[in-house]
Amino acid sequence: MSAQVDRIGATLNARAVKPSSIAVCEHCDAVHRRVHLAPRARAHCVRCGTVIYTERRRHLDGWLALTIASAIAYLVANLNPIVEIQLRGESTQASLFQALSATWYSGAEPVAALAALCAFVFPLVRIALETVVLTYLQFGRRPPALRAAMHTLVHIRPWSMIEVFMLGVVVALVKLGGETTVIPGPGLAGFAVLTVLLTILASFDPDTLWENAERAAP
Amino acid sequence: MSHDPHAMLTARELGVLGCPICGMVCRAAPQGVDVECPRCGQALHARKPNSIARTWAFLVTAILLYIPANALPIMRTKTLFDDRQDTIISGVLALWRNGSWDLALIVFVASVVVPLAKIAVLVVLLLSVQMGWVTGRRRRTRLFRLVEWVGQWSMLDIFVVVLMVALVQFSTLARIDPGPGAAAFGGVVVLTMFAAQAFDARLIWDAAEGSLHDD
Repeated sequence: MSAQVDRIGATLNARAVKPSSIAVCEHCDAVHRRVHLAPRARAHCVRCGTVIYTERRRHLDGWLALTIASAIAYLVANLNPIVEIQLRGESTQASLFQALSATWYSGAEPVAALAALCAFVFPLVRIALETVVLTYLQFGRRPPALRAAMHTLVHIRPWSMIEVFMLGVVVALVKLGGETTVIPGPGLAGFAVLTVLLTILASFDPDTLWENAERAAP
Repeated sequence: MSHDPHAMLTARELGVLGCPICGMVCRAAPQGVDVECPRCGQALHARKPNSIARTWAFLVTAILLYIPANALPIMRTKTLFDDRQDTIISGVLALWRNGSWDLALIVFVASVVVPLAKIAVLVVLLLSVQMGWVTGRRRRTRLFRLVEWVGQWSMLDIFVVVLMVALVQFSTLARIDPGPGAAAFGGVVVLTMFAAQAFDARLIWDAAEGSLHDD
């Protein structure tokens, strides 16, 4: 079986193969013929198991709707306090921005900057870029600076950490819950919704965007 | 002839390049000629340049920073009766004693197990590539995927510190300040993520190809 794969391989040469008909595994370099997949299916590398591509067609309008919803959730999450705590008559509350500035002014500037990038800046950039790109494509136009936008989206993806931040909120609340009264704020709901929406959006294949952009008018 | 059960035609043998950004496949140019992805403009390489040296550099720095990250306190809690400094481990123990063993376990995994496991896995992967191991290639690739995926979850403790610092600011009763360990720990998380991104998993498979095809 495997020897057969090898023999087919030996007879292939670069000129006989249309690059668009094959997919390359990013983790082991194995070449696969692209086959048509059922909706939502994913193609795994035969050799190492890595996902090489997914079923690509997604409706742009659904995608755009989810992106706009996540922009709204982002605003709700950031413009409201995440939580309020009370201790013997005194109370404090914190939005994400207040948490970041409190950390900054208590002398841990690098920590505040890192948290700001991962929980505030990168998610914002991600939502804003996707909204702009999808809006242009929705109207059949090629987005300006599409290449730069797509590169940025790929590079910031591992650094956009809303879901980790969400878990951090839960841990902090439990830590404080023993000695103080904890009152969840609207910001908490915003982050919960945002976590779900961004997880769904992350499963969409950017190939859809490229294909629409190639068909779009410049 | 090759007796490698995992032998498959690779992009390098076929003379094509896959784009790491957009996934498009295009023909490679002769050696020494730079190729750009026709769709997204990414500079394409058959293998990530200097992958092993760059991964080691990030990894060694992360290992050095790991020491202050765990030895120094990440949080200082001042109350009327008490002034305590918590390291990552003592924070986990405090959470455990307060009755929330499930969250203590989550924080322990995210802050202690994951960074250590990531460092250990990357060291093993680098050494295995440099020594040309042929066994367990599929398993090692799976380990690498795990390391790539799990990386960001170690940032958990950083977010916990940031929130606690903002919330516990009661003038006389209690206040929490970040400690120097927090910045070091953040550095470890960032550096291990950079290390994972610098590593080229295709090297795991190249090592085997070379030795088996040369027979």
